Amino acid sequence: MKSQKCKGMRDLLPEEMLRFRRIEDVFRTSCSNWGYQEVRTPTLEFLHLFTATGTLTPSMLSKVYSFLDWDGWSGERVVLRPDGTIPVTRLYIDNLTGQELARLFYVTNIFAFEGTGKENRERWQCGAEFFGGAKVAPDVEIILLAEEVIRKLGISNVRLQLSHAGLVRALLKKLKLSPTEEAKIANRILEGDWQALTKAKAASPEVQRIMATLLSLKGKSSSFLHNVKASFPKASRDFKSSLDDLINVATLLDSLGCNYKIDISAIHGFEYYTGVCFQFLAAGRNIGGGGRYDNLVPLMNGKDVPACGFALYVDPMMKLLSLEKEKEVKSGILVKGKELTPEIAETCFTVAESLRSAEHTAELAFTDREESDYRWVILVSGKQPSPFVITDCVRGRQRDAASMAEIVKVVNEG
Amino acid sequence: MMDYRNGYIKLALPKGRFLSPTASLLAEINLGFQDYSDKTKQYRLRSARFPNLFAKILQEKDIPIQLAVGNYDLGICGLDWIEEFLVKYPAGALVKIASLNYGEGFIHVVTSTQADITSLDELSNGRNDYRIVTEYPNLAEAFALDLRMKRFRIFPVWGAAEAYPPENADLAVLWGKSGLDIAGQGLIPLRRLLPVNAFLIANRESLESKDLSQILDCFSSQLTDDAQTSMENESDTSEALKISDTLWRAKEINLALPDGHQQPPTLQLLKRAGLELQGYSENEVVSRRPSADLDWLGIKVIRPQDMPLQVANGNFDLAITGEDWLREHLCRFPSSPVKKLFVLGFGAVEVVAAVSQEMPVADIHELRALVQSNKFAPLKVASEYINIADRYLHDNRINPCKLIPTWGASEAFIPEDADMLIDNVQTGKTLEQHKLKIIDVLFQSSACLIANKNSLASPDKKEKTGFLAQKLRAGLS
Repeated sequence: MKSQKCKGMRDLLPEEMLRFRRIEDVFRTSCSNWGYQEVRTPTLEFLHLFTATGTLTPSMLSKVYSFLDWDGWSGERVVLRPDGTIPVTRLYIDNLTGQELARLFYVTNIFAFEGTGKENRERWQCGAEFFGGAKVAPDVEIILLAEEVIRKLGISNVRLQLSHAGLVRALLKKLKLSPTEEAKIANRILEGDWQALTKAKAASPEVQRIMATLLSLKGKSSSFLHNVKASFPKASRDFKSSLDDLINVATLLDSLGCNYKIDISAIHGFEYYTGVCFQFLAAGRNIGGGGRYDNLVPLMNGKDVPACGFALYVDPMMKLLSLEKEKEVKSGILVKGKELTPEIAETCFTVAESLRSAEHTAELAFTDREESDYRWVILVSGKQPSPFVITDCVRGRQRDAASMAEIVKVVNEG
Repeated sequence: MMDYRNGYIKLALPKGRFLSPTASLLAEINLGFQDYSDKTKQYRLRSARFPNLFAKILQEKDIPIQLAVGNYDLGICGLDWIEEFLVKYPAGALVKIASLNYGEGFIHVVTSTQADITSLDELSNGRNDYRIVTEYPNLAEAFALDLRMKRFRIFPVWGAAEAYPPENADLAVLWGKSGLDIAGQGLIPLRRLLPVNAFLIANRESLESKDLSQILDCFSSQLTDDAQTSMENESDTSEALKISDTLWRAKEINLALPDGHQQPPTLQLLKRAGLELQGYSENEVVSRRPSADLDWLGIKVIRPQDMPLQVANGNFDLAITGEDWLREHLCRFPSSPVKKLFVLGFGAVEVVAAVSQEMPVADIHELRALVQSNKFAPLKVASEYINIADRYLHDNRINPCKLIPTWGASEAFIPEDADMLIDNVQTGKTLEQHKLKIIDVLFQSSACLIANKNSLASPDKKEKTGFLAQKLRAGLS
């Protein structure tokens, strides 16, 4: 039969939901432990939140699901949330702007059209945002928090890459392009085409040297950045101050024993970043990223509040999770009636309920289904003096039981 | 009934502006159709040369959609309607084959002398909420997003986009022969989006799997590299243009009057009501802004289809439109602040559901059963009133179905391109001619006066809108 599911949409089956919840649980626990509070924003937002310069790139905007609501006669379009950060920033401005600091986290779906059919149009992400606070320490905090979640999930061979949005902007300025040209190249870069930078005409030899160095070298410590700084004494003030920012974050990460690579191209897709940016890569895929976006709150008519944040991408991470441990252990109890008379059915429900009260998972059997998945099977025959037969599926033993209390006792003793 | 689905090559040909040049081209490449002329009453054409070639004359706007859904293999259509479709559905089933050698004008982004916009940079950097009026909502949205306009609203209209700026829109995206032509209408051209020339287009699947080579061969002499109309062939910067400055002054109360068929009876009504108008005539559009002898009254002539939305937005306090278009608007926006004041007693039509006389159903219940039994599933429904049609299909549990928007003459769609139509009829004669039968009457509609509820309640406007409505009521024959 032909699937009746919408194109680009995805069902999450029980096994996938186990992975999904595992990620969510680890993420929630870590965020709570770091003092972040959970929020949830609506699925629909106004399109204009996302159209202002400095939020989403034109190519992302061309893929949003926007439409007129039932009361949209004024032409004001709404959109299915295409990004996690902008709605949370709106939530912060609308509700929490009096708070000096706000640490917020969320698990949400985002929507973006995808024409090739290879990717989902609805994707899930776990994100955290830090509003307020000065530079450096919050940047390091969000990097370490993201890193902790990935580590606790047991995803291996993860690479952390650091960059700085200000460096990229300073380089673009050096090209002395027209505003339209500059915007064009910036967009290409944000979509991953870094060669656009080197191909741009009008670059002086000095600028080309900086770009070649930054695009080709990948440093592993703050020393690398000090070297870069020393190699380009004539670089612009913007360039140097961005570099200093990155040096400060890198130095703190060094002293906390966090490994990373400096890779200027570790910025992807978002225009709102202004400071240090980072990406996590595993198995060749981008599994998360974030950075500092100090202009976003003022740009959305909020106060001049600096902010930074990250999002982990649930869909690629689900594929990297190993869930073998949870599969190996047989668990659960099956409660089964010998016949399905009303009396026996009633007893089955009561037995299952008393097992659940004792913190066990108890399932009722209504068909002759396979019993091997369970740790215990309780057969309810209703015959006195031993109306119950307990099967220990692990040890392969059977015994009679006279009362529910006896069943609970046997199961508890394992 | 001839089966057009198998073995036939189906070609969609344009009505209207490109009909004559397309007919000349087809004659020249020996692909002519006898009845393809301005005077034809036929929709369906057969080729004398290729017995397997079948053509239909369609509204240009319908052609990209009809090709994309697979009803036609090839088509000829202006680039504006093609791009309007492709910008929204780039991955769709429509493929451009080649530009043909004829066409006229450009799609321009324009503003008015009084909108205070002098360059595109202002649009990207400004914090204003720009109102864009257009027949091309998809092109307009792509333009606004591409320019990174921070905030904008798009008002799709059926026509007369040039009439909206400055008071009812800041920008318009519209067709114009040249910058000079735009300036002649008192507007400033800001950017040309694309040249409007005719294109040969194809359905992707037909191109991939069906032998169309016989037909494409005929076009081969036309498919040269330099056929594309260049965007650079005419330079018109706004400085070089002399823009006729129409003085416009805000009025207290604004009234919209219809163009087209409703003009003569509306004029009669106004006369009986004792409203003397300068510049509103029986037939043609003399001026988009006729004037009345009431100095507080602003009048504009626009399409009746566009009025409910414009009244909802407060651009007009009162308007003369049809009940059908009011209902269409309210189906889309149920809480819209537009109200019908009274009917005017002309322009009476019935909005009906009709099918081919050969379809074995007498009413909508039998049709539902037929669709449920998997014959005619999904049911293809063509309508100008997409929101009315959508609600009607829901209410009658017609499922599965596909709604095909059309821009007039939906009777031509049945039977090959649609199974049912929802359209207005005056006498039923057209339906009879096309061998269609009515299976349901959705409602009766006639011209009516509509008002913005807020204007009726506003202390500043209440009195004058009431006065005007009373005057018009007195003119009812």
